[in-house]
Amino acid sequence: MENKKDYLLEVKHLRTSFFTTNGEVKAVNDVSFHVNRGEVVAIVGESGCGKSVTQMSIMQLVQSPPGKILGGEVIFNGKNLLEYGPNSKEMRSIRGDKIAMIFQEPMTALDPVMTIGDQLVEVIRTHRKVSRKEALVIAEKALDSVGIPDAKARLTNYPFEMSGGMRQRAMIATAVACESELLIADEPTTALDVTTQAQVMELLVDIVHKRGMSLIIVTHNLGVVNRYADRIYVMYAGHVVEQGTTEQILKYPHHPYTEGLLASVPKLEEEVGEKLVPIPGTPPNLTDIPDICPFIPRCRYVCDKCRNSAMPPLEKAGEGGRYLACYVDINTNEVRDNG
Amino acid sequence: MAEEKDVILDVQNLKMYFKTAKGFKKQVVKAVDDVSFQVLKGQTLGLVGESGCGKTTTGKCILRINDPTDGHIIYKGRDIARLKKSELRENRRDIQLIFQDPYGSLNPRQNLRTILKDAIVGDHKPHTAEEIRREIDRLLTLVELSPLMADRYPHELSGGQRQRLGIARALACKPTLIVCDEPVSALDVSIQAQIINLFERLKDELGLTYVFIAHDIAVVKHIADVIAVMYLGHIVEMMDAKQIFRNPVHPYTRSLLSAVPTVDYDSERTRERIILQGEVPSPTHAPSGCPFHPRCVYAKDICSKECPALKDIGDKHSVACHFAEQFSSEK
Repeated sequence: MENKKDYLLEVKHLRTSFFTTNGEVKAVNDVSFHVNRGEVVAIVGESGCGKSVTQMSIMQLVQSPPGKILGGEVIFNGKNLLEYGPNSKEMRSIRGDKIAMIFQEPMTALDPVMTIGDQLVEVIRTHRKVSRKEALVIAEKALDSVGIPDAKARLTNYPFEMSGGMRQRAMIATAVACESELLIADEPTTALDVTTQAQVMELLVDIVHKRGMSLIIVTHNLGVVNRYADRIYVMYAGHVVEQGTTEQILKYPHHPYTEGLLASVPKLEEEVGEKLVPIPGTPPNLTDIPDICPFIPRCRYVCDKCRNSAMPPLEKAGEGGRYLACYVDINTNEVRDNG
Repeated sequence: MAEEKDVILDVQNLKMYFKTAKGFKKQVVKAVDDVSFQVLKGQTLGLVGESGCGKTTTGKCILRINDPTDGHIIYKGRDIARLKKSELRENRRDIQLIFQDPYGSLNPRQNLRTILKDAIVGDHKPHTAEEIRREIDRLLTLVELSPLMADRYPHELSGGQRQRLGIARALACKPTLIVCDEPVSALDVSIQAQIINLFERLKDELGLTYVFIAHDIAVVKHIADVIAVMYLGHIVEMMDAKQIFRNPVHPYTRSLLSAVPTVDYDSERTRERIILQGEVPSPTHAPSGCPFHPRCVYAKDICSKECPALKDIGDKHSVACHFAEQFSSEK
């Protein structure tokens, strides 16, 4: 059993909602997960499943109103971050320093009218007591370590002078410069080309491992997480529906949604002419949803118990730290016996 | 070689250059440079490559949205590249386009009925109101949308439904050839599979021919019969879709395949991986010789001097590489 002390981050029963004119949108609905030190964890799900809002809630960057963190705990290094307000001194010193975040589109995360050097120096000097000169040296080293050639000259470049892959590297450099403990990468390679994507992912994971950082990869692409993640959490409609090691999730999916996701992906190895098995229907609208399993309308295995019971809790299923939120055993198509 | 009459689209030495200027310095972007391919009736040609490789520009030339700089696009015996504007009208109905983001190509103020009606009556033939109504119902059913949705507006649809509407609108013109430009890239995985299956079903039912443009090689492999891999405006390898995974020859195709993440746990950990260095060069400063040589690990002297031509290496497989024979015999 893993030791609780190894947890760098533990999120417990997090709930975040958006209060819109159409009603309450339960974007994150009782989500719990943890990240060990030095571990790469992936949060996988389709758009609107709450995977990004979960990360924004950890950083307390949820726009309020309409968003509101309704409850739960975000324990980072033994302290509950939610006890600090979003604008508190403590939270500001953690954001960008202890916990760094990388976004899908680096161009919107970088300031278009500041040079890369100035942006890095700003971040470094916000969190470290160093002179501008010293900060520039740290910035140059950081750029160098993320594989940007001719780092010194690049410090005077503006973001528009860099390619997409370079910009994403510069974002990673800010995390390196501050020696963050946890890096949250929200769809870090979705906007990049396949060959650049492979480069950036290799770099990201390499840096994380070398520096003993932890990494949360948020993505919709199961392929990206296959190679790099130690553990996977699958999210659907604001809930974590399955959790396990990468091998468990990809080889032996237990939740009908995970199984459906894997069957929907076109595979390179397959013979030509094989049919894809899509998940029918569309993801649910999260406005005022009832507290039952949200996957029921699209599920092949749905039974009476699913329809008549509340949302199944995320419970231990089998050996090896595997958790599942489903009443049905998809291998036997019978209601599982949880004892 | 396929018989002449089966070839529906024959693109010969297509060139599309854009003139740009940086300050006072005039530059030429060779977006598509000497591209040739044939599409057989009822087949799907997959154009795959990274951004800036010219795949979309090729598609636009087929539709004559761009006027090609040079080359021929023979469609049903006529050269589209040379047609007068007035002669294009007919072609425009026969060759349809489906976009990546259907929301950007749908008028937000028109409901589904109006959108489809405009496409149906665009042929300037007399239609009765009853005919149009029946045709709209037929089209919506064809793409697996409910005819009851005809009075909705695009913003009320989900991404997958909007793409279905985009397909229905294209089908309203009863086209023979459809150019699909990244039609599933913006969709979620579970929806993507639905749309891919829809494309395949429609092709079989209506006898359509597709030019399917995408950056995701796994998607293209799934849907296409023939795949053309593009890099910096050139086709570097063209082959039967069955061959691409078994016998890729060009170093770029190999690295592209190895960079694609897969969901198979075991094969992802055992297969060979080539991570390319650097990035795609800017097409304004395209390298001399083979466009891929600055990033190619096998590059020799000749590669920087001469641009290799697309050579047939047998089994409907052609490669543009000086060392194609050597690489293909290694397998």
